[in-house]
Amino acid sequence: MPHFLDLLPPLLNGLAITVQLTLGATVVALAASFAAGFARLSGVRIVRAAARLYIDVFRGTSALVQLFWVYFALPFFGINLSAMTAGIVVLGLNIGAYGGEVVRAAIEAVPREQREAAVALNFTRWQTLWRILTPQAILPILPPFGNLWIELLKSTALVSMITLNELVFQAQTLRTSTLRSGEIFFLVLIFYYVLSTGMTQTVRRLEARLSVGREYGGMR
Amino acid sequence: MWDWQLTWQALPTLLEAFGVTLRATAGGMALAITLGLVWAVARRARNKLVARVSWWAVDFIRSTPLLVQIYFLFYVLPNFGVAWPPLTTGIIALGLHYSSYTAEVYRAGIEAVPRGQWEAATALNLGRFHTFRAVILPQAIPPVIPALGNYLVAMFKDTPLLAAITVHEMLQAAKLIGSETFRYLEPLTIVGIIFLVASLVSAQLIRRLEMRLARQ
Repeated sequence: MPHFLDLLPPLLNGLAITVQLTLGATVVALAASFAAGFARLSGVRIVRAAARLYIDVFRGTSALVQLFWVYFALPFFGINLSAMTAGIVVLGLNIGAYGGEVVRAAIEAVPREQREAAVALNFTRWQTLWRILTPQAILPILPPFGNLWIELLKSTALVSMITLNELVFQAQTLRTSTLRSGEIFFLVLIFYYVLSTGMTQTVRRLEARLSVGREYGGMR
Repeated sequence: MWDWQLTWQALPTLLEAFGVTLRATAGGMALAITLGLVWAVARRARNKLVARVSWWAVDFIRSTPLLVQIYFLFYVLPNFGVAWPPLTTGIIALGLHYSSYTAEVYRAGIEAVPRGQWEAATALNLGRFHTFRAVILPQAIPPVIPALGNYLVAMFKDTPLLAAITVHEMLQAAKLIGSETFRYLEPLTIVGIIFLVASLVSAQLIRRLEMRLARQ
């Protein structure tokens, strides 16, 4: 029997938590990206300023500092989140801040004739954004979102530092009890590599499917 | 709610730790800039094996978390008789991790050099080394300096990870103050503000550099 098999059950338990955390944070990040991207393009000044503030704060500070702040400083305001919830919210909002700029840039890059045609057809601002511009922005959004998704997966490792028992936390626990650090961290690296390769493939397949029958980036 | 006395007490300690943060960033960036260039050139090597291995290595390093790489260097290398101090380990991990990003930046720069430049170098009978050193890189690197700057800022924001291996940078200092005084709000908020100010200032500087390069 290969030597490392006894390490697998605890690591796989951690992997399951990592996957849950990644999926949860992905949902938050997607919602935050579109909300922030749309808000940056809003006609209302306060909405634009709020989106700008959110993006600057989350991109300007470190993800790990944000996690620590939410987990250790927020309780002073009477808000206690579990490590899992804190991880999902903070990582989702952190990646969402980067995603917001991607969404804004992609929507701004849709040819201006599309906007003019929507005005000519008497579409409201929201209808133009939602039914005309966003569908055409999805394809150019996908590749940078794929990169951000990998960044999100990698940042889930940070949540081990606020004691969530995900993959890296399990690895650390195993290391202190078995001292077989080489095998443990080698396996952990492989797990992450497999996960991120799978995620990259998923995004590529989605991109291929969505670009069937149209030129890249929508109509030109 | 906010304790000003603790704020003034904590500030000198945190600013001192900021020095460690800056040293880690500077060391890590020096390594990332050099190693990234090595990757970028090695990926274009004539030797297929060298090229393949460099592609895979860069892909692997970029696909796995920095924190795990830090732990790997910190806990596994001593088994092979390599025992660096935590800060050195941290700098090497940061440099190695970000070299996988800078390699991509250099690649984009090299690919943007017109084909004719390569052909001219061949026509002048320049060797591989001189082609890169005298013709390709001087044209490939200046346009990508702002992109490298963006990764410098990203690396700066990743230095708190070194707290995981007991490096006394800002987050570690804030944690220690928190555990001594049972108040995390002030030290963690101050650290956040220092990061925010430093990143916004450097982002502004990079934007200015970008505009100056665009004008040339």
